[in-house]
Amino acid sequence: MAHTLPEHPAKLWRNPEPKRSYDVVIIGGGGHGLATAYYLASEHGIRNIAVLEKGWLAGGNMARNTTIIRSNYLWDESAAIYEHALKLWERWPDELDYDFLFSQRGVLNLAHSLQDVRDSVRRVSANKLNGVDAEWVDPDEVAKICPILNTSHDTRYPVLGATWQPRAGIAKHDHVAWALARRCDQLGVDLVQNCEVTGFLKDGDRVVGVQTERGPIRAGRVGMAAAGYSSVLAEAAGFRLPVQSHPLQALVSELLEPVHPTVVMSNHVHVYVSQAHKGELVLGAGIDAYNSYTQRGSVHTIEHQMAAAIELFPIFASAHVLRTWGGIVDVCPDASPIIGPSPLEGLFVNCGWGTGGFKATPGVGSVFAHTIAMGKAHPLAEPYGLERFTTGALIDEHGAAGVAH
Amino acid sequence: MLLIECPWCGQREETEFRYGGQAHVDYPSAPAETGDTEWAEFLFYRDNPAGPFAERWMHAAGCRRWFNAVRDTRTNEFLGVYRIGEGQPA
Repeated sequence: MAHTLPEHPAKLWRNPEPKRSYDVVIIGGGGHGLATAYYLASEHGIRNIAVLEKGWLAGGNMARNTTIIRSNYLWDESAAIYEHALKLWERWPDELDYDFLFSQRGVLNLAHSLQDVRDSVRRVSANKLNGVDAEWVDPDEVAKICPILNTSHDTRYPVLGATWQPRAGIAKHDHVAWALARRCDQLGVDLVQNCEVTGFLKDGDRVVGVQTERGPIRAGRVGMAAAGYSSVLAEAAGFRLPVQSHPLQALVSELLEPVHPTVVMSNHVHVYVSQAHKGELVLGAGIDAYNSYTQRGSVHTIEHQMAAAIELFPIFASAHVLRTWGGIVDVCPDASPIIGPSPLEGLFVNCGWGTGGFKATPGVGSVFAHTIAMGKAHPLAEPYGLERFTTGALIDEHGAAGVAH
Repeated sequence: MLLIECPWCGQREETEFRYGGQAHVDYPSAPAETGDTEWAEFLFYRDNPAGPFAERWMHAAGCRRWFNAVRDTRTNEFLGVYRIGEGQPA
């Protein structure tokens, strides 16, 4: 039988009226915003904080992702921040005292071509040098780890091997948000829902607060964690961000008996799939090509996704699509995020996580809180400043992030 | 799926098209005198409005010609399409 989900308390946070002034205002009540507020309050002693959310708490990409957690990225800068996040994930269930079903069931990133094999072996080596658990596994070992995967040789894109990160896994995303919201609330953070930020209060080049649909709110410092809407906020503040907002879709099947023991990703066939605790298969698609803020994408993208899933998992041919949905992801030219000061004093930016922000949630909270509290980038965030688009020091993670989210 | 009007072939399904991002982004007119900030703008920065957006499409499975469109990114509604060299409709 599939797992039954743990009960959660009926009320986890207050619904306060926003005050007229805070030490720190965080824009965006998703995973990143909540985690940032949590670390500001718990590690930096700043308690007078508001998290402003335009809709309902964690109703954006935090509710729409496919919950995959891993840290097997190629470059040193990426491995450092994602591994930092994974180590925090391992602490969070105890630290937040909330069973959000963090399950380290491992991730297989499949290789289907000789170039895939070379790139994967290289990434495994880079991971090992960076202290990230990773190994290269051949098709027989792949079949042992995930018996329902079609590893036969007579397929169009045979599985030639895979990278394997045993500490990777999944977590129940809405429970993660609730765990954070409860703890933030306990620490005195005001979580204000239905409070869209429409502009900024400025004193020269300094941001001194935000304009909201519920009136102006002054702030010592402001942190943006608004994902797909980051460009809109930046424009309101008077600067540009090198991100484009696209729909990213995902889907689930009906509830099935547990058949899929791990997480499988394939850049080449283009699929990533895991099975949630309740029993639904969770599949993610590629981004839709066009810019959009509609939180919906095109059907052919989902169709392509399902064709890829059935190619790799013939057993899924008899499953049904229960639900599809979309979120708005803000994608950077180098598939890496932007974290750091903005061109305006007092305003800090966390955006551009594109298709892979959920796994970074604790890491973002930790380094973005530090960045806001100290007024300058956390060492792990330093390579992720806006200036890299001028210096050319890009962190090109299309290989590890482009398809595999 | 979007229904897109190619200015030469008429309405066709989205799968026949390639997307080309923001329209009317000019290559720097004096490359040798263009500084790092301006190059960064040209290479990496594009408008990303929630609202009307002038963008490029190419009819890959049809006439294979590029054209421009204005689409509202909040609704995906096409407000107009126009050929390369034609001015953006008001």
